[in-house]
Amino acid sequence: MAYKKAAKKYSGEIREVTLGSGDKAVAIGGKNVLPIHSFDGNVGNPPKIGLEIVDIVPEDWHDDLKKIYDGVLEDTAEWAKFAVDNFAPDFICLRFAGADPDGKNKSVEECVETAKKVAAAVDLPLVIAGTKNVEKDEKLFSAVAEALAGENVLILSAREENYKTVGAAGALAYKHKIAAETSVDINLAKQLNILMNQLGVQNEDLVMNVGSAAVGYGFEYLSSTMDRIILAALGQNDSTLQMPIITPVSTETWTVKESAASEDDEPAWGSSIERAIQMEVATAAAVLVSGADAIIVRHPKSLATMKTFISNMLGSGLN
Amino acid sequence: MALSGIEIFKLTPRKNCKECGFPTCMAFAMKVASGAVEIEKCPHISAEAKEKLAEATAPLMKTVKIGTGDYEHALGGETVLFRHEKTFVNKTLFAVQFSDAMDDDELARRMENIKKVDYERIGEQMHVEIVAVKYTGNRSRYLDIIKRLKELQKIFVLVCDDVDAATEAAALVKETKPVLVGANNDNLEEMVKLAKESGIVLGLNAPGVEEMYALVEKTHQLGYKELILNAGSENMAKTFENAVEFRRTALVGQDRTFGYPSIVFVNELAKGDSYLQTALAATFIMKYGSIVVLDDITYANALPLFALRQNIFTDPQKPMRVEPKVYEFANPKEDSPVLVTVDFALTYFVVSGEIERAKVPVYLLVPDAGGLSVLTSWAAGKLSAGVIANAIKSSGLEEKLNRKRLILPGKVAVLKGDIEEELPGWEIIVGPSEAMQIPKFLNELN
Repeated sequence: MAYKKAAKKYSGEIREVTLGSGDKAVAIGGKNVLPIHSFDGNVGNPPKIGLEIVDIVPEDWHDDLKKIYDGVLEDTAEWAKFAVDNFAPDFICLRFAGADPDGKNKSVEECVETAKKVAAAVDLPLVIAGTKNVEKDEKLFSAVAEALAGENVLILSAREENYKTVGAAGALAYKHKIAAETSVDINLAKQLNILMNQLGVQNEDLVMNVGSAAVGYGFEYLSSTMDRIILAALGQNDSTLQMPIITPVSTETWTVKESAASEDDEPAWGSSIERAIQMEVATAAAVLVSGADAIIVRHPKSLATMKTFISNMLGSGLN
Repeated sequence: MALSGIEIFKLTPRKNCKECGFPTCMAFAMKVASGAVEIEKCPHISAEAKEKLAEATAPLMKTVKIGTGDYEHALGGETVLFRHEKTFVNKTLFAVQFSDAMDDDELARRMENIKKVDYERIGEQMHVEIVAVKYTGNRSRYLDIIKRLKELQKIFVLVCDDVDAATEAAALVKETKPVLVGANNDNLEEMVKLAKESGIVLGLNAPGVEEMYALVEKTHQLGYKELILNAGSENMAKTFENAVEFRRTALVGQDRTFGYPSIVFVNELAKGDSYLQTALAATFIMKYGSIVVLDDITYANALPLFALRQNIFTDPQKPMRVEPKVYEFANPKEDSPVLVTVDFALTYFVVSGEIERAKVPVYLLVPDAGGLSVLTSWAAGKLSAGVIANAIKSSGLEEKLNRKRLILPGKVAVLKGDIEEELPGWEIIVGPSEAMQIPKFLNELN
């Protein structure tokens, strides 16, 4: 008997969505085969990796990580520029940790100023992430969307509670892209996409954040949800699930015990920064294999590792 | 491919003797076809018919056992490509690689690391299961290292394509049911002979998918089926393709030629980059690596990789549970509050993560709530006032505390009144309904 390849041909395709503007715009999505299965056909755009920065000095970040950005942490725009110049991410994720009402509770006006400065300092696409507080994010995203009109940023994210305001301001009024965020459930993801469509947001302007998890922390739910979404998008040609997926990795992996436990608390575990990077890298790879089209990481070493990983796994690297 | 009832009927004696317990041979055949009855129930079935049936109903992917006794592990036996379709049954095993080119210091260091990384995570003991020993030409050193590695009591994977060296090495460890990765198109007959004689599992090497297919067929012709397929280490893309094609050809193409476990040398792909090695190991845990070979194991790479494996190889129908007991955070004292949550692992992890972030000394009481989330266990009657009160009473906390405060999950605030009745002397406080609000809540609690 001769060998016969058992690949499936899929009728559906993940939509291509472009972030940013000008020369440095990046496209994500576009595959019509399973993730990284370049031997089956068109894998679309290689997954994109963004580096996370925040609008305040991140007191809760690991000291070794803050040291990398020594001297630019106080000025978010300088920080963004430094990150772009030194580490060459595909995009920058600006997270407004300082706007959190349970934290520094910075005003929307202050945040808008920061967003404008960062947008002026770098020409890479921006992903604007909020506080996880739905009321604050609603106001924050609306104001930032207006201030950054024309920049074609990705707003991370609109949730069921605030999708109307965020979708209307972000996509309809100021022509940005919106990430629809749901918590690890294919039906919820589909439903929010449909609600977005009914609001008038076009599929071309939609990305999904279907939830996130660090490996070891319910990652099986995330990976199975992504498997099912991609199989439905490709196999059943379900247009309400064909948006590219962005997965924030860093906000999950840096807080779990494996990364965050101090060397005094867990002497046997060794260097905590080493553990944190390994945790981020393992989760990033697992998320990419599950089908993310874009991910967000925190450590420049994780960024560099995942760039090497992607180019080699897709057969375009030097290896 | 399974046989139909009619096809099985044709294999029976067709004399309706009823000795199998069924009224007719046809009725029996139908039951066998549905998998409800074993063909052995028929006392008259011929050996030839039995074999034919066994072949037809054999799983698409073979389960290969390696190691012996307490160290025995099963590889392969998978039935689906995606875990939500059913479940993945045999977890990926981890190996650390040694070689005859390694000096004593490096040998000792890696052995020490293997011993050190041995810990429990949600009821599962985590450690490397395998030592891989690569032959690079120094035979006496190779044999010496194998002898020294025996003290670790791990399963051996001998990586050696030199038949003479492999024969000597196999003689040292054959009673432990090792794997020998080294059979290829040039040495196949001798390697199969060695594997048969010493009862070891044979790992096949081929440059590509088609060559591997031909090599497995040739091995079948030589009468050996205790096999593992090496996904190769030419480059990452090719290795990934091989691992996917092996599994997919077996399960989707229903072709048992590739129905064997795989081994992936991610250490060779990563070329010394430990972060890249971790990214690749994570990839092959998810996509079809049965054995993943690493250069070294430390807590830094073990913690994420074992955690991922534990997630991916859980049964999707059975939620992961943590042990019901009292967990302590930041050295709680006799006036620290007692938080309550459930034993569903995901809930526990989210809640404990937030408590650690708060850096406030607390007790966390986890009663036996059936492994369900807060609202689900409450709805199922498994998280009731009685369950919580009993857990408190048997925890010994009542004796330990001089200030008794119990923090309920906000989602079951409705239980407050009943618990107050069952636990006199306790102050029952309704906590936040979302875990992310716990740090703020605890920092404001006085």
